[in-house]
Amino acid sequence: MKTATVETNRPSPRTVDLPTLLAVGWVLLMLFTALAAPLIAPYEITSIDLRHRLAPPVGFGGTMLHALGTDDLGRDVASRLFYSIRTSLLVAFGATAISVLVGTGIGFIAAYFRGLVEHALLLMIDVQASLPFLIVALAMLACFGNSLTLFVALMGLYGWERNARLARGLAITASAQGYASATRQLGAHPLRVYLRHILPNSAATLLVAATVTFPEIVLVESGLSFLGLGVQPPMTSLGVMVAAGREYITRASWMLLAPSLVIVMTAVAVSVLGDWLRDKLDPTLK
Amino acid sequence: MSAVFRFAGPKILRAGLSILVVVTFTFVVLRASGDPALQILGPSARAPDLEAFRRHWGLDQPLYVQYVRYVLAALHCDFGNSMLAGKPALQLVFERAPLTLALMLPALALTMLIGIPVGAYAAMHRDTWVDRSVMMLTVFGFTVPSFVLGLLLILIFSVTLGLFPSGGADRPESFVLPVLTLGLGGAAIIARFTRSAMIEVLSQLYIVAASAKGVTWRQVVRHHAFPNAIIPVLTLFGLMLGGQVAGAVLVESVFGWPGIGQLLVVSVANRDLAVVQVILLLVALTMTSANLLMDLLYGVFDPRLRGTNSGSQ
Repeated sequence: MKTATVETNRPSPRTVDLPTLLAVGWVLLMLFTALAAPLIAPYEITSIDLRHRLAPPVGFGGTMLHALGTDDLGRDVASRLFYSIRTSLLVAFGATAISVLVGTGIGFIAAYFRGLVEHALLLMIDVQASLPFLIVALAMLACFGNSLTLFVALMGLYGWERNARLARGLAITASAQGYASATRQLGAHPLRVYLRHILPNSAATLLVAATVTFPEIVLVESGLSFLGLGVQPPMTSLGVMVAAGREYITRASWMLLAPSLVIVMTAVAVSVLGDWLRDKLDPTLK
Repeated sequence: MSAVFRFAGPKILRAGLSILVVVTFTFVVLRASGDPALQILGPSARAPDLEAFRRHWGLDQPLYVQYVRYVLAALHCDFGNSMLAGKPALQLVFERAPLTLALMLPALALTMLIGIPVGAYAAMHRDTWVDRSVMMLTVFGFTVPSFVLGLLLILIFSVTLGLFPSGGADRPESFVLPVLTLGLGGAAIIARFTRSAMIEVLSQLYIVAASAKGVTWRQVVRHHAFPNAIIPVLTLFGLMLGGQVAGAVLVESVFGWPGIGQLLVVSVANRDLAVVQVILLLVALTMTSANLLMDLLYGVFDPRLRGTNSGSQ
């Protein structure tokens, strides 16, 4: 009996199709690159080599010296790309974590207090939902300046309203179920009911929501960095690289194409992965 | 009459409250942090000059005084002057608005003209190779950021083929690439949404009934399926508008398009608060009214929604 249950729960190999496998592969590659950037980058990202300015990549007349070519200051594109992936993923991970935590917190508070508090929070949620995040982020950036910590915190506001709405719904549904009222009637503190009982039961859905938020944050971050208002030099991110590549679009398109490809592939891979996770973890969310 | 009011009243009230929240948020965030005097005059400015600057712009008053003044002035459509240009901020924004609208309106039209037919077609050929390739393409449609798409289009159509200019807003051809860039991403979203709405509708019993009584399939789709599927798609319009506004900022930057988006980026970089506030408020106002309009239209298109507060239960 026990083995039978295990058998049915295990995903059969056929349910993982080729796109999902490729997506997993790409995400793992990106994670590896982000973690190992200092080890695998052949050059410092700021080391300038003026004799090899705008050198093309291998296959387009370049040499293995700079496998992905160099930029306008002769800096190695591959090295910069690795560090950009590191920065962009760091920002996106931090921001996604903040977004889910803040959203869940607000959603649970709304679900617990109901009444006026809930209405006020729902109004905030409506307002945020009706404003494009990029515009809000630009306004905030104008004020708070631009250290990396602040930037991650700002990106963490992305999607909080969606997560809050989701968490509120989950908490309201859960409160109506037997286990929540049982713990409550046993005298558990509301914090305990929410954190020890409702949260674990909502975790799968919230995790799926995070996989939706993550690629979108990658896109917003690269957009802001592209506008020159996100990650600041000497640090580099994918958007910073695209912005630099734009100036040399006629002479050195690799400066532009390498980071663009990474942005697109990562966003596609994570959303494919998210779809798969959703099907696996939460059949109700379809 | 009272039924209409009961349906529309709370929505209008909510929209008004939303605007007030945005005004407050904008004000608090923009005024409470950073010193615009230092930003505009530079770190080497002398103390008396800074003082004079703050006094001139009312920055030396307590925050609530500034707030009340600000709200009162906003009600009279006075949003202060741009500190950089020395002109009223509202005037500065309105000067740029036609160019941004000239991008966004054709792009929105393109979004609907491509998205709805493609989505409906995919739904009617569900699980064929056409459907699958359309769905694959739409994934790229909303994962390729607009600035990357714009630069790729420039690379292909301007640099390689030399067909269209890569920037500027001076010729009719200049419109092609920015409008395409802005419209294609939205078209992908609309296509996916139309497809699932259409699939949902096609599985309804009234479609079966219509087919069973001998109506041709073409007629069933045109008169029964499509009108019902299109209503939820229309409500997406409000959401799309937000994406278009954000997209316009990036697209204008890519194509050197002198619209509101570029003005916003320049103003943010220079901390020209008045202009940033006006743009934020304008976006909020547009979005809130678009959403309100969609909510109300939804009630017109779909009478079942009106019935929920009155009568039918």
